[in-house]
Amino acid sequence: MARVPVQFRLNGEDRAEFVESGTTLLHALRDTMGDISPKGGCHQGTCGACSVIVDGELRLSCLTLAESCEGAAIETTAGLGRDGVLYPVQRAILDGFATQCGFCTPGMVMAAKALLDHTPNPTREDVIEAISGNICRCTGYEPIINAVLAAARSNSQNAG
Amino acid sequence: MELRKSYFADERKDDLHEIGQSRPRSDAPGHVTGKTVYFADRTFPDLLHLKMVRSPHHHANIRSIDTSEAEKHPGVIRVLTAKDVPHNVYTILILIQVGPEDETVLADKKVSWKGEAVVAVVATSERAAQEAAAKVKVDYEVLPAVFDVLEALEPGAVQVNEHHPGNYYHYDSGDHRKVRFGDIEAGFAMADHILEETYSSSPIEQAPTETTGCIVAPEGNDRFTCYTNTQAMFFTLDNASIILQMPGHKLHMVGGTVGGGFGGKVDVIVEPIAILAAKLTGRPVSFIYSREEEMQISSPRAAEKIIIRDGVMDDGRLVARQVTGYTDAGAYSRHSPYGAQKGAAHYPGPYTVPNVWIDTYCVYTNRTPSSAMRGFGVTIADFALEVQMDKLARLIGMDPLEFRFINAYRDGDMKAHRQPTEGAALIECMQEAARVSNWPVAQKYLDMSSRTREA
Repeated sequence: MARVPVQFRLNGEDRAEFVESGTTLLHALRDTMGDISPKGGCHQGTCGACSVIVDGELRLSCLTLAESCEGAAIETTAGLGRDGVLYPVQRAILDGFATQCGFCTPGMVMAAKALLDHTPNPTREDVIEAISGNICRCTGYEPIINAVLAAARSNSQNAG
Repeated sequence: MELRKSYFADERKDDLHEIGQSRPRSDAPGHVTGKTVYFADRTFPDLLHLKMVRSPHHHANIRSIDTSEAEKHPGVIRVLTAKDVPHNVYTILILIQVGPEDETVLADKKVSWKGEAVVAVVATSERAAQEAAAKVKVDYEVLPAVFDVLEALEPGAVQVNEHHPGNYYHYDSGDHRKVRFGDIEAGFAMADHILEETYSSSPIEQAPTETTGCIVAPEGNDRFTCYTNTQAMFFTLDNASIILQMPGHKLHMVGGTVGGGFGGKVDVIVEPIAILAAKLTGRPVSFIYSREEEMQISSPRAAEKIIIRDGVMDDGRLVARQVTGYTDAGAYSRHSPYGAQKGAAHYPGPYTVPNVWIDTYCVYTNRTPSSAMRGFGVTIADFALEVQMDKLARLIGMDPLEFRFINAYRDGDMKAHRQPTEGAALIECMQEAARVSNWPVAQKYLDMSSRTREA
């Protein structure tokens, strides 16, 4: 199978890899770039566990070809909360008991980040809409919704 | 509850004040930073991928299996059939003497449900394994199938599983589990009203976000490390040991964080065959269910059929309860004989009924084998029992919560399986529930106590 080069910025770092043509961004990140934070739950675009941000937009990495990300800026949960300081959504999920098995959490974090990047003061309905593509089977959505709202509040307090 | 304060007295702190305090989950920092390692987050050089050829029929004899085309497919390293499995017939609970062994790891003579594993294909990529699996030719003689528990128990019904003649699990008590208490005939004879209702449920898939799977790495010296998301590490170790006829010390099971399970990862399905593939190829092997397999192949909560006949007095006293429960095990036992047995113990409910008669059957059909899921055996039972309680309350024109106060068990009451009730707090829980939900009940119910029966 032909391998093709792909270059993009992953969490602020320039990365270049050869991937098999047709490789999904999810597989490229996990198998060749060592970023295990996006999870593969369905590989068919329905569970949201693999959500990442590509050039500022939330994307399902299982339905995104790695080749199509040439030159893009890609953000994953592994790039957040560095130097021991958690990103507000991460902190709010931690404090709000909004994670149990943790498998959906990185995807939820990215969905929430994509929302807050565009809409710093979301309504409850905005949050519900933003995470509607992410399936959680154990925590339940209420703690997650509350955590995202709490993160938005802490962001606006810090900004103020 | 009596606390045995003498145990570990020198190691114990008595100044614990945990109730009402938040404690961070120990695994949450890893979850929110994406650093938690699930079994599939490990990478191995030269990793092989296993895909299963599955039965397209609910019930069929296998006339022949031809793997020659699959073996020639580019990337295929090994194709496994039943003859490669050292001990091909197993059952999970044989470890606790629940037998007989009734399920094949890879089917050889017959398939008994649609999706049953027949041939395992091991290849250098998932895609190659999938393509090769499609080239395996299995010649089936399709047989009639049975999908309903009552039909399965009729004389002359299709026989699902040769190890369970008559299509029911044979307990040491016979073809069903029974509870007998008091005099059921006398109970119904004295009842002011009798209500018989039938309840039935469908199978329910656990649908964990992380699908079932494992990765096995050969460690040399004929030892194997199996990274798995099992919920039952020692069932997995011991069953793999039996199926592979390998001593347990050669099998190193590494579990840990499970990406959701809900009981669906208690069965031992992926690990033995993946270990065998790693042993026969000398390379690491990954066997992970696709989402489609997770939804269709993994064992769901059993479908149940429950017939409840209750005798009740005008004053609200339950005087007789007769229950017949059927648990649809699907084609193989897995955890279902245990689920059906739990039902037998549970059907009196948290109520004191003086006359009880319960029969529960674990029945085999040509459906996907069912198994553990959150409170299996009692969850559907509770659904049926509590709907029945509401119907009974309506029948005698009584408030449904007050009706439950009358029948709730108290300390000292003898349960139907002859275990005296101790430490009951049901009355107090219902009183609190009534308060917080503003459900009005008469003062006499708020004066009740689980400590004593008032009359």
